[in-house]
Amino acid sequence: MNWYDFLLRNRGEVIQRTFEHVELVAAAMAIALIIGLPLGVALVRRRALQRWVLGIANVVQTIPSLALFGFLIPVPWIGGVGASTAIVALALYALLPILRNTATGIEEVDTAVIESARGMGMTPRQVLWQVELPLAAPVLLAGIRVAMVLCIGVTTIAAAIGAGGLGVFIFRGVSMVNNQVILAGAIPAALLAILADSALGFLQWRMAKA
Amino acid sequence: MKVPDHDGWAVECRGVTYRLPSGTPLVSGLNLRVAQGETLVLLGRSGSGKTTTLKLINRLLEPSEGEVFVLGHAGSEWNPIQLRRGIGYVIQDAGLFPHWSVEKNVALVPHLDGWPEDRVRARVIEMLELVGLPPAEFAKRRPSELSGGQRQRVGVARALAADPPILLMDEPFGALDPVSRAELQREFRALASRLEKSIVFVTHDVREAMFLGTRIALLAAGRLVGEYAPDEFLHSTEPEARAFAASYHLGREEEVR
Repeated sequence: MNWYDFLLRNRGEVIQRTFEHVELVAAAMAIALIIGLPLGVALVRRRALQRWVLGIANVVQTIPSLALFGFLIPVPWIGGVGASTAIVALALYALLPILRNTATGIEEVDTAVIESARGMGMTPRQVLWQVELPLAAPVLLAGIRVAMVLCIGVTTIAAAIGAGGLGVFIFRGVSMVNNQVILAGAIPAALLAILADSALGFLQWRMAKA
Repeated sequence: MKVPDHDGWAVECRGVTYRLPSGTPLVSGLNLRVAQGETLVLLGRSGSGKTTTLKLINRLLEPSEGEVFVLGHAGSEWNPIQLRRGIGYVIQDAGLFPHWSVEKNVALVPHLDGWPEDRVRARVIEMLELVGLPPAEFAKRRPSELSGGQRQRVGVARALAADPPILLMDEPFGALDPVSRAELQREFRALASRLEKSIVFVTHDVREAMFLGTRIALLAAGRLVGEYAPDEFLHSTEPEARAFAASYHLGREEEVR
């Protein structure tokens, strides 16, 4: 039996696992964006805070993903086995690229432009929304792209703590020593990552051109 | 900006000192007056406090000591945002918003002040014509599609759009090639005398100072060294003024050769 025969025969579960996968990524990315964008903006204004927060985010990023899932399981409220723990861990992973690119994207905006915006009488809020964020957008988007691809990859491991997703096939296939089952998870996961990467890459290219 | 009634100075600095948080003074005990309708040139070397002085006038910086009066009112009486909208600001490289068209850049302050759309549009056309950029050709362009001289013209148009009584210009023609610079200087001088704005113009170029200024204030190391009429500047015996006068003559000799 070929792997795509397996895929076709089990398409019900493949689709279900793909949706689970996308849901996990979407939930984690939503949290990472809701926290990361405003925090990234705040970090530009406070240099001292920036070193600390980016430092901590960096450390979190270096923790191996399976270990991070392991660390979170005993934590009360968010911990335990299942999707919520996985989402917290994934959001933590996605946070660093979003934070870093939001902060550096805004910092890289030409100071002459900011200076003249303030000098012409724009309020800090107007400077942020009309000047800094639009000009930082390509860098910001690059950060979201990195976070997204990372998230889709790490989500395959989330199956190890019972969060579901396409990783379920991979772990099952490994324990059954069955390549077809592994590929039924690995191929859709890889396609998801490539799809997300090209879509955001296209958006970035459009933005750079505008 | 609502221009309050007053018949005094457009800008007046009284004993203004600005220190960095580290304590280093950038401007020390500055007393300076700008009459309405005149062009006061702040002349000085790099780091003499010229740009800092401009930023103290539009309150991008707050004085550590002393007070800056604008149109007869102390800086602290003004809402800084309202104050800045009433003061045109042109900097080197223009500081245009690269993601906005020329039209939108020029319309910035009128938009901020909430002018109706048709009035803004008419004003933009008027301003672009004033600075010699045919609107049909230039209105829709991005700043990246302009030459340095054209960008600077847009910068001037943007600063004038809301018809502010005061204009601050920070080496606006400093980054231009000599030909465009001479062209803009000539046009700007004509414009300045016609529009009756009070202008504070920062430069380190003596010839520009003498050509554009109705008065020249010479700064060195954050202090006011002296104030001169343009035609008396070269005859000053003050050492810093003589150093600048020497740079003027040097330039002349090179031209003759």
